[in-house]
Amino acid sequence: MALIDLSKKEVHCKIVFYGPGRCGKTTNLLYIHKAMDEKDRGKMLTIDTKGDRTLFFDLLPLNLGKISGFDIRIQLYTVPGQVMYEATRQLVLKGVDGLVFVADPLKVRQERNIESLEDLRRNLAKHNLDMDKMPLVLQYNKRDLCDTPVPTLTVEELEHDLNSTLKTASYEAIATTGVGVFDTLKEISKRTVRYVAEKHLLVKM
Amino acid sequence: MADFVITAQSQEKAGNLIVNSLINAGVRNVLLIDSAGNVLTNCGHEEAMNIDIDAVSLAALAAASLAATSQIAQLIGEDDFSLLFHKGKNGNIHFGRIGQELILITIFGDDVSLGLIRCRVAELSDSLAEIFEG
Ligand SMILES: Nc1nc2c(ncn2[C@@H]2O[C@H](COP(=O)(O)OP(=O)(O)O)[C@@H](O)[C@H]2O)c(=O)[nH]1
Ligand SMILES: [Mg+2]
Repeated sequence: MALIDLSKKEVHCKIVFYGPGRCGKTTNLLYIHKAMDEKDRGKMLTIDTKGDRTLFFDLLPLNLGKISGFDIRIQLYTVPGQVMYEATRQLVLKGVDGLVFVADPLKVRQERNIESLEDLRRNLAKHNLDMDKMPLVLQYNKRDLCDTPVPTLTVEELEHDLNSTLKTASYEAIATTGVGVFDTLKEISKRTVRYVAEKHLLVKM
Repeated sequence: MADFVITAQSQEKAGNLIVNSLINAGVRNVLLIDSAGNVLTNCGHEEAMNIDIDAVSLAALAAASLAATSQIAQLIGEDDFSLLFHKGKNGNIHFGRIGQELILITIFGDDVSLGLIRCRVAELSDSLAEIFEG
């Protein structure tokens, strides 16, 4: 649910990073936080982490500059991926405007990726949102693991598993070093802002 | 859940209502947020504003916490809890639901009674819902 403030000329959108536990959602936000200029980002909020697991959510507010005279404010959220935190995932999705689905390349996680994407579709439907109509991009993270002996999925396999019906943009990434992180962010921000703006006929972009 | 569009008029109307009923009664800060965690209106005493509450984080946490509280209510067979309030040493915080999608957060000291807050928030509820959702 975007917030459009005509008095301050601001548009606020919510983008959620979704995906199975440990796929690198929090790492994406940490990299963006580190790389962005302090004046363009707010404080990163990480709630209730037990070990390095997100129990509730992470939040990073960003200021993406002006489009057609409107200041674009984006709030990036992550959800906890572990199956048992279903209730938290649902409440973080409330009012979402755009989505990044982060996939894990480990062969042993192949099923978990597919389940998590199905779980996303179900949870969106509970908020009366249709995954096929929302701004959504895929990120194939941890590509550095492909150069190690650990069995990993190829991009073709990931595309087949996750993107054969969605047919949306997908990015290879290494969130720990930032590879692909801003490509993902740029594309989802662009799509989300366009989606919100067109809905409200603010501008044709 | 529809998007919220705020205009200068709605902003001013809501601000006036909140100042007259709560800020003038001694409340430190009032935030009106939506259930996705966006801040619609932020009012406060000048001294209190200097404490510089991180409104973005507060709104996100409050929205999530209230959603969680509703789910807790449902787990024990309640629709929702009617009193949402935390008491601190120097400050207290009260959450009031406004219409379908809004939450009014009130931060106040021990010089203001909880009863007064509950009463004023209830009075404000319809007019605020009308401004943003009506
Ligand atoms: N090798 C490698 N490890 C990563 C990458 N991204 C994240 N990780 C690691 O994966 C683990 C889980 O990441 P985290 O961001 O907490 O996952 P989340 O559960 O999706 O939030 C951490 O130990 C990260 O350092 C990556 O691109 N490559
Ligand atoms: Mg995490």
